[in-house]
Amino acid sequence: MTAKLALLLAGVFVVGSAVGAGAPAPASGSISGKVTYTGTPPKMKPIDMAKEPSCAKQHTTPVMTENVATGPDSALQYVVVFISAGDTAAAAPSEVVRYDQKGCQYLPHVLPMQVGQVLQIFNDDQTSHNIHPLAKVNPEWNKSQPAGSAPINTGYDKPEFIPVKCNIHPWMHGYFVVLSTSHYAVTGQDGGFSLKGLPAGKYTVTAWQEQYGTQTQDVTVGAGETKGVNFVFKALPY
Amino acid sequence: MWFPGSFGALFGGRGEMGKVFAIVLTLITVISIAFFAMRTWWLPPNISTTGVAVDRQLEETLIGTGVLFLAGQLMLGCFAWTASDKTKGRKIKSFPGGATPLVTAAILVVGIEVFTLTFVGSKAWGAIYLTPADASALKIDVQAEQFAFYFRYPGPDGKFGGVHPEKIDDGSANYFGLDPANDEAARDDIVAASLVVPINRQIALTLHSKDVGHSFYVRELRVQQDFVPGLDIPLHFTAVQTGKYEIVCTQLCGLGHYNMKAYLEVKSEEDFEQWLKAQAGQ
Repeated sequence: MTAKLALLLAGVFVVGSAVGAGAPAPASGSISGKVTYTGTPPKMKPIDMAKEPSCAKQHTTPVMTENVATGPDSALQYVVVFISAGDTAAAAPSEVVRYDQKGCQYLPHVLPMQVGQVLQIFNDDQTSHNIHPLAKVNPEWNKSQPAGSAPINTGYDKPEFIPVKCNIHPWMHGYFVVLSTSHYAVTGQDGGFSLKGLPAGKYTVTAWQEQYGTQTQDVTVGAGETKGVNFVFKALPY
Repeated sequence: MWFPGSFGALFGGRGEMGKVFAIVLTLITVISIAFFAMRTWWLPPNISTTGVAVDRQLEETLIGTGVLFLAGQLMLGCFAWTASDKTKGRKIKSFPGGATPLVTAAILVVGIEVFTLTFVGSKAWGAIYLTPADASALKIDVQAEQFAFYFRYPGPDGKFGGVHPEKIDDGSANYFGLDPANDEAARDDIVAASLVVPINRQIALTLHSKDVGHSFYVRELRVQQDFVPGLDIPLHFTAVQTGKYEIVCTQLCGLGHYNMKAYLEVKSEEDFEQWLKAQAGQ
């Protein structure tokens, strides 16, 4: 009874404040910025796929390891930037997340998705793969996917950073980043990101890099405001 | 049961099946030996110094066992032929003095053959497995894992960095578990997915396994050696022919075993140095 009452009161309060602001809270605020590094990042190493000729011949230049991928002007690539606190829970979108095994590489290297979202895994190669996401919080599994087989439909129920490896090709490596928020982005070669569609409010923004871990910053976004936030990770050569 | 009787009837009935058996047996024996004699499905040419002795040993073994095989099968054919006469009251012939001398003779012949082959072959075996590598041999570390081989060269400093299994991370291509942050010798170590070696120089491999049992086998080198988890196993060879050869895992190691392979590339001394330099620059 008291819970119901509290809910009712909260509802009235929310509606009241919205009315007080003159309109329903517009989700037009955004947070954008750039992720960079200081110091010397490790040299990425070429991956020799000689043992899998069907994959090797798909690459004219050697594929490099991607654990610390960098771009011009100290940009850091494959960093997932997301709202870790202050966001209202959003239902999983019906949009399917696609993950490819192509040329004995995981594409994209880092794949963010929402809790409950459908994840579809394709094998585009002429060889078998055995995808093995090393989940700890979510159930762990590994599945063989011979060339030409149907995509695997799956998904995760809990937020987690999940390393992904292939049990057949040891160099294949990537990440599933399962998030409870619908506001996330992965930095490109320029290190840039943008989280759009935010209602006014106070947020905690987290940047996650597979080797350097997480950094957080608190940001207050006004209605329709674009806030700039930058992250700087310290890189070591080894 | 109609088959042997009616088939035998084609050859004139009673006892003729024994003769048919003798003929078929002799034909199979002669044809299969002919394939060996003509080397129809033979080994790829040997490319290592120690392989010559292995090939000679194999040849001696095949000749020895081949002669015994031929003799044994022909004798069986003769017995089948002569015993096929089922005339009533016919005495079954036996070897003079019964079976004992024949069995004794067979044991002696086979025993001497096995002993001789082992004795002669121990020299070839010893040259590969019981003789340590030369001090001047090129040392290469081999890591086998499900389902690939990786090869490590000491780099310009000539020293291997230490290995730390807890540091193994395939995602950053640290297949050996090197610790370049704290170990200077590890920083210039060269790791490749192909075994590239210079011609006419002894190569001393040290085999490690990251996970389960694997095997290093190059047909052309006539060398095969298992990886045993927890052991550092030495293996050496000298290649005398440039080219690209397949290294396969010959120990069932799991799901991707069929796909576990790498390549041995034997290069001239100059080409090898050039390759090494290019690798060091990466």
